Amino acid sequence: MEVLRINNIRKNFGPLKVLKDISLCVNEGEVVAIIGPSGSGKSTLLRCATLLETMDGGDLIYSGEYAAKNDANGNAKYVSQAQLRQIKRKFGLVFQNFNLFPHYSVMKNLTDAPVSVQKRDKAEVEKEAQALLEKMGLGDKGDAYPCQLSGGQQQRVSIARALAMEPDILFFDEPTSALDPELTGEILKVIRDLAAENMTMVIVTHEMSFAREVADRVIFMDGGVIVEEGPADEVIRNPKNPRTQAFLNRLDQ
Amino acid sequence: MDILNIVTQLGQGMVVTVEIFVLTLVFSLPLGLVIAFGRMSKNFILRNVLKFYISIMRGTPLMLQLLVVYFGPYYIFGIGVSSSFRFTATIIAFALNYAAYFAEIYRSGIESMPRGQYEACSVLGYSKVQGFFKIIFPQVIKRILPPVTNETITLVKDTSLAFTLSVMEMFTTAKAIAAAEKSMIALAAAGIFYYIFNLIVAMVMERIEKKMNYYSL
Repeated sequence: MEVLRINNIRKNFGPLKVLKDISLCVNEGEVVAIIGPSGSGKSTLLRCATLLETMDGGDLIYSGEYAAKNDANGNAKYVSQAQLRQIKRKFGLVFQNFNLFPHYSVMKNLTDAPVSVQKRDKAEVEKEAQALLEKMGLGDKGDAYPCQLSGGQQQRVSIARALAMEPDILFFDEPTSALDPELTGEILKVIRDLAAENMTMVIVTHEMSFAREVADRVIFMDGGVIVEEGPADEVIRNPKNPRTQAFLNRLDQ
Repeated sequence: MDILNIVTQLGQGMVVTVEIFVLTLVFSLPLGLVIAFGRMSKNFILRNVLKFYISIMRGTPLMLQLLVVYFGPYYIFGIGVSSSFRFTATIIAFALNYAAYFAEIYRSGIESMPRGQYEACSVLGYSKVQGFFKIIFPQVIKRILPPVTNETITLVKDTSLAFTLSVMEMFTTAKAIAAAEKSMIALAAAGIFYYIFNLIVAMVMERIEKKMNYYSL
């Protein structure tokens, strides 16, 4: 089943064409890694998919529901704010810089949106949140505040916060880039565990070996287009496109 | 006149001073937030009208503003005002003036919030209003507490400007006693009153700041 479909997305920042006619489809249970040099548009693609950025043209569809649709002139037409809020229930996003709410305890970071946005039962949400924290190895941190945690712990809280919303698909925007190298391992382990549970995920990352290991499919982007796409092992081990080859070679050195 | 008498009279003026102080804060703090929103609005006209408003309020003496609010209705519109309007006019002028300063403080706090906090709100599905009052505003308050303390302390001293409209607050009283007695004692006593008032204000604000120290931004 298709969880996410993006058709012919276009995005310009002024005269700069950041995304040029990109299409992408993610099936349930699939893990897709997006790699590419900085400025290739991969973060913008993620921000368009998560409605943080408005695309100029294209369709954005979550499980058959349109968030935006191309009109006759080829301009993206978004559905109403109320409908968009419904669609936001379908996805979660883990930020590079965590973006936890510093004035809320770890527990409240996890429970506030499910309770006050999704109007779910507080006791039930708290029970689930505690289970999520335990899964993240942070079972005793519910009462702590984000500033009392290490970067790796904060990122695990932010993953738990996204999961507490029970999304169909989880996006990661370079989840380890803001962390010290010795802390990236704990985040990668969490993502690996989620993959083992068949969580649908789209991960923008610079960790090639991780992408190869955890992703079913790898997408290589450069200059606002998808240059190469295929099974993780193939794209990273035996890239066909010279631009992919050049990028991966640079990383190896 | 003995000291006790002076202090009693000043005490009565002090009550009016505290009234001006409290009422000004009650009106100007919310009004300032509304003005800050308008000042940051995408609407060109609204934004610039408020920008002009703030520049007038900050660019002209509060004493002049007091006179305009009190005499304006008569000189501009021909509406007769009774002397009981003095106190109301004082509160209106103070609230309008301080709201302009608070608006700029709010704006600085709101604009200093990292974009990521808004983005997290958006992704988690908070509405704009919900996100602002639950997530953004509490953090803004923590950020702007020091400049708000500054303004509040200035306000305590500015209340003395109400003498312009002969409102019988502490400074007006002290001046009257000093003139009648040909002595500085009442003025010195008033100074001590203001100082103690501000010590209390500073202590309260410090306590609020401490209370918000349970997290760091």
